Amino acid sequence: MSKTEFPPSIRSRPVYADLEPRPGRSHVAVADGEGAEAIVEMLDKAADRPAMLAALHILYAPGPNGTDQWDSLQALGAAQCFRAPTIPTLLPRLGRVVADAHMGTQFYLAGTEGLIGQAERDIMATGFPHAAIQKEHRGSTVRRMQCVHCKGITENVATDPFKCSHCGLWLFVRDHYSRRLAAFQGVNIDAEDKGEIPEPVVRFT
Amino acid sequence: MSGGAKLPVRVAEVVQVNDLIKRFRFVTRDGSPMPAFSGGSHTVVEMDDHGTRRLNPYSIMSDPADSSGYEISVRRDDVGRGGSLYLHNHVTPGMEMVISHPVNLFPLDTRAKKYLMFAGGIGITPFLSQIAQLSHHGGRFELHYSARSRALGAYMDRLTAAHPDRVHCYFDEEDQRIDLPRILANQPIGTHLYVCGPKGMINWVLDTARAAGWPEPALHHEEFLAPPVGDAFTVQLAATGKTITVAPAQSLLEAIEAAGVDAPYLCRGGACGQCETRVIACDGTIQHNDHWLTDEDRAEGQKIMPCVSRFAGKHLSIDR
Repeated sequence: MSKTEFPPSIRSRPVYADLEPRPGRSHVAVADGEGAEAIVEMLDKAADRPAMLAALHILYAPGPNGTDQWDSLQALGAAQCFRAPTIPTLLPRLGRVVADAHMGTQFYLAGTEGLIGQAERDIMATGFPHAAIQKEHRGSTVRRMQCVHCKGITENVATDPFKCSHCGLWLFVRDHYSRRLAAFQGVNIDAEDKGEIPEPVVRFT
Repeated sequence: MSGGAKLPVRVAEVVQVNDLIKRFRFVTRDGSPMPAFSGGSHTVVEMDDHGTRRLNPYSIMSDPADSSGYEISVRRDDVGRGGSLYLHNHVTPGMEMVISHPVNLFPLDTRAKKYLMFAGGIGITPFLSQIAQLSHHGGRFELHYSARSRALGAYMDRLTAAHPDRVHCYFDEEDQRIDLPRILANQPIGTHLYVCGPKGMINWVLDTARAAGWPEPALHHEEFLAPPVGDAFTVQLAATGKTITVAPAQSLLEAIEAAGVDAPYLCRGGACGQCETRVIACDGTIQHNDHWLTDEDRAEGQKIMPCVSRFAGKHLSIDR
């Protein structure tokens, strides 16, 4: 799947750019699903590909749509290449990698917004500037949503509105994004007129 | 009134720190607490140097938790425009002076996991207040401080006594050099770098860090420029209809003020951007000396920073 074009929205809505190789003493790439393609293409642009691969640690999980491009990453020959079955099982490994990392490390995130957001959240929690973390969206556009009422997170939301997986309220999908929570905000859609819930429409695939 | 609210103060103490540096302590005239400030802040000291009005920025070096006074350290510059000489030669305890409220253009990014600090000479002053602030909260830091000689390493004794494992001193006279690549390579993720000192040192530290992959938002520096001396030039102030001549040892901002025109300013050292002024007509070359305007701004020639920049040519008209 090619790169994603998001329609213009409010400033809160994250935007993404192509990954570019940057000079650094080590490189950490985190991807899910089709994000593997962005890592492969970024390496094609490296001025010194063998040097970059020798200092590259890749962490990968299949996408929420089932896309699994592990083979293409494993074939690159990076210093370390780790496959997790899911994003929640990838994140503890990332936490360990980040805890041991030094300044001069470059971070590259690619894939779905759930993966990019949670990896960014964990990296910036160390004090590393979020603006210096590269992010490229690929693949599924399903969203990680926080219910602003019960604070529960619902992963892989495809429809708008959707039902909160925790408190059961019907929520309107906003473009309002929290970098700290790594989630878009969902707001009760029938707060004023109880029961007037529009038919859910598939907006994210 | 430009430059923000003023603080009427009294000089409480003047201490000769070494051959070149004197420390001044300011307190309020009525004994009330000084306004709060954060580590890295500076204040602009107003001086009436025998008829010449001087306003120079100095980093506040005292502990931000001490609201009873502000301390600055001033290095005597015998060939400068005279602000440091005035402070050294004429300011004595008990004198009443006026300083600005504190402004911080060099604040600690509190999201950082650790602060890596590089100081050159008198560039140590903002770090003294930052380290005091960090010490209250157990913040991690590592200071590399280089001075010309042991005799001129102001406050090194105080720093190394309080933080023996965190402060590293270097002396030019003993051919000691900061091993920058090795230091940069050993910093945990989330470290922010701060550098204050001579221009050459700042550029060396920042360029080396960038080449090692340090991201721009983690790099912080501060350098106050003294307005450079140059040839006299004439400027038309379009908004007030005045035409002024800037003397060789005067800054454009000082000349504007001397003409009775109130112009905005904060740092008076080319760093803060407050005095940015629109250029209406320019037949000649603007000598941009500030750290504020981008290369694109300079290429467009639509803006000038009167606190440090000058002009050479036939005609300059600015919106003031």
